[in-house]
Amino acid sequence: MSMLSHGIVRTLLESDRGGRIFLLILAAVALAIPVANLVIPESSSLHLSAYTVTLLGKYLCYALLAVALDLIWGYCGILSLGHGAFFALGGYAMGMYLMRQIGDRGVYGHPELPDFMVFLNWQELPWYWYGFDQFWFALLMIALAPGLLAFVFGWFAFRSRVTGVYLSIITQALTFALMLAFFRNDMGFGGNNGLTDFKDILGFNLQSDTTRVALFLLSALALALGYLVSRYIVNSKLGRVVVAVRDAESRARFIGYRVEHYKLWVFVFSAVLAGIAGALYVPQVGIINPSEFSPLNSIELVVCVAVGGRGTLYGAVLGAVLVNYAKTWFTTEFPEVWLFALGGLFVLVTILMPQGIVGLFARLRGRAAARKSAESGAGEAT
Amino acid sequence: MPRLFTHTWIQGLGMLFLLACLAPAPVMAQDAVTDQELRDTVAGLTNSDFSAKQTVIEQLMRMPHRRSAAILTAMLNGDLHYRKDDEHVVIAQAGEADYRLTDPVTGEDLGSTEKSGIRKITVNNQLRGVLRNAIGQLNLSSDDPADRLAAVRETIKDMSPSSIELLRAALAREKDSRVLEQMQNALALVDMGNPDKAVRLGALERLGGSLEPEVRNRLAALIEQDGNGAFIEADPDIRQAATVALARIDNRVKIFGLIETVFFGISLGSVLLLAAIGLAITFGVMGVINMAHGELMMIGAYTTYVVQLMMPAHIDLSLFVAVPLAFIVAGLFGIAIERGVIRFLYGRPLETLLATFGISLVLQQLVRSIFSPLNRSVATPSWMSGSLEINSVLSLTYNRLYIVLFSLLVFAALLLILKKSTLGLQVRAVAQNRAMARAMGVRSGWVDALTFGLGSGIAGVAGVALSQLTNVGPNLGQAYIIDSFMVVVFGGVGNLWGTLVGALSLGVLNKFLEPWAGAVLAKIVVLVAIILFIQKRPRGLFPQKGRAAED
Repeated sequence: MSMLSHGIVRTLLESDRGGRIFLLILAAVALAIPVANLVIPESSSLHLSAYTVTLLGKYLCYALLAVALDLIWGYCGILSLGHGAFFALGGYAMGMYLMRQIGDRGVYGHPELPDFMVFLNWQELPWYWYGFDQFWFALLMIALAPGLLAFVFGWFAFRSRVTGVYLSIITQALTFALMLAFFRNDMGFGGNNGLTDFKDILGFNLQSDTTRVALFLLSALALALGYLVSRYIVNSKLGRVVVAVRDAESRARFIGYRVEHYKLWVFVFSAVLAGIAGALYVPQVGIINPSEFSPLNSIELVVCVAVGGRGTLYGAVLGAVLVNYAKTWFTTEFPEVWLFALGGLFVLVTILMPQGIVGLFARLRGRAAARKSAESGAGEAT
Repeated sequence: MPRLFTHTWIQGLGMLFLLACLAPAPVMAQDAVTDQELRDTVAGLTNSDFSAKQTVIEQLMRMPHRRSAAILTAMLNGDLHYRKDDEHVVIAQAGEADYRLTDPVTGEDLGSTEKSGIRKITVNNQLRGVLRNAIGQLNLSSDDPADRLAAVRETIKDMSPSSIELLRAALAREKDSRVLEQMQNALALVDMGNPDKAVRLGALERLGGSLEPEVRNRLAALIEQDGNGAFIEADPDIRQAATVALARIDNRVKIFGLIETVFFGISLGSVLLLAAIGLAITFGVMGVINMAHGELMMIGAYTTYVVQLMMPAHIDLSLFVAVPLAFIVAGLFGIAIERGVIRFLYGRPLETLLATFGISLVLQQLVRSIFSPLNRSVATPSWMSGSLEINSVLSLTYNRLYIVLFSLLVFAALLLILKKSTLGLQVRAVAQNRAMARAMGVRSGWVDALTFGLGSGIAGVAGVALSQLTNVGPNLGQAYIIDSFMVVVFGGVGNLWGTLVGALSLGVLNKFLEPWAGAVLAKIVVLVAIILFIQKRPRGLFPQKGRAAED
């Protein structure tokens, strides 16, 4: 079994140099971080604080989300400005599980109802909260909730051939509508404040270093797996058709492919991936609230993918880590400059480097290769 | 549109300006009594004998001077004093430490004084009755129908035999139909107390359909039951008539409520129209997704703010300066955006969307850095504050009325520019077939810049209008951008009429949903409805036909 999967991974990565480098770095980080946090004593300068571990874990979740977006934007040509919605739905599913885990340790000490429901004078748990005390159910919902939304939305949108900017705008309207809905107290998701004050996950204390490192490792694992599955999809026959749809939708349809089915499938898979990213994100940051649905979040994600370089998958990871690191740095050092920087980044990337950082490197490498030998450069440049 | 209705403070400011403008109003020509005559009569009030005061009041009642009613009201409220040193009658308003004096006849400011310098002109209960009567009489014979209407409303609340007498006398003289109707209602209310059943039934017949809350209360009291389940009103015929009259009233109130909702809807729709119409140019005609459109509106709103800072003494005129200025400022920003960014991205709509979104972030932060992240207050000119009262249940605020008119005006102007001007011709030519237009000698790059500038300028103008309805802050634009896109997409891209119909119908739909779904849910329902609508008609209500419709 392990030999088989090993073989698949090898064939997957054979022509994917960027992916090999990315997975190597990820593996190295995944090995180094637990050691730096748990083994090296706090007095040492090599020690990594729990805060940093969580921060890195957060970046990995964003990276997974970026891979999900790149899959449909870079390969399928669907620019979703509402991917944050799927991320947040996954996050809410996980948040509901964590909320139920609190039990009677909340401020009001109610054995079943979360604090905000007691505060709102609710008498019993709403039906859609049933089952979230079971971890397996929460896991199911993490995939099902975003997947179902994506399925219904995509089924309507792709069937009636809503494409391009129209689709982008209605995905943005979708996440905007969800944000408004989740802000309402009577939706039963904690309204403005969202879900927070989590205590533990599967019995492990969320505040302890070991749990944090474990969550970080899980995020790394999810990112690696998400990347490999996405790469598998892209390399498969389905992936080829999807790229054909991106480049010439009508032509693909006339050849006989049911374009909307292919789009829908990739869209749903991407939404589930985003949901998983959200579910890993919530226990690490300790809160989920409706601002995760805000259109700005989704569009920031788009710029992550654009900065890294779309249509490469590993470029999305690179972009997500870079942009989010920049965000962390700016918002602590120069909070008022961050929006200028982000806005400038949007303009620069779209005008000067449409293929992102990865594209820039490819071009430089192409030039260097062209200088060495003319025939090998011709293949790379396209 | 979450904060559309939080502009009461603007209205308050507007009222202040209104008062400030009214104060120095010139003496009306129809004053039959000179200031001096009035002054001589008022001087008689310093007499401490109550019956002497009563005589003076009765004299004043027959003096149709524009200040007579004000003087008597001041006396009733205990504000009328006289100075101890020269026995000059003054209206004194208690300040923090001293009293602020105004001349009762001219209304001019007489400075302030210690409490010991003045003595109050006292009134007793009998005098109060006489005063109320006199004020009512004076107001009922005022030249302004609005004053008379207010006086009648006042008397309905508090009927006394003497006020009934007054009303009857005034009824004979009344010419204005609205005041007349109101007076008849008031007298009908009096007839309700008549022992004769026929008179009471007649009065009930007359009262049905009146919209005064006082009337409704009286009628509702007629059909109430006491604690034992027995009816307070013994006569079943009267009860029956009262029920019918009440039903008629409720029916009318419902109809006017409906009209009000439609008006609110149209008002919201006209705001949406203003916001979307610039977008209809840039998105609809040029095919450029401009996510910074909302921020261009924000620039227009801030232009209004700056204009008002520059001319604080002429708030009434500020909007007339702000509208063209906002058009120019936002238009220049638009041209800069088009020349600096968008022209490199034609034919790449998704990239355009991202780049303009980046610009919107930069503009927001720019405003935050220059004007602070807090909301700025923009004053409402006096001619825009207040409301047009149709009747006691329906009143339309002037600022909304003006904005409806203004948005239609902007729409008409834009339509004219696109259909009749050379620029409009070139814009349409470039939109339909760029290569062919260029071959015919149209400088397409220049046309692109101007078109984008036009759309942006209109966004700026929309911002001026918005500054009168909502808070002016860095997030102003964001609140409208998604709605504006919805309007354009709903109406049909590239079709100005579609934008008009789309905006108005979305506005009205929103306002009809609000009462039973709440503001937020109504918005969600509308968003979902549009998403579903696009499934059915991907090209909007009025799709483009012909070659331009093809991708």
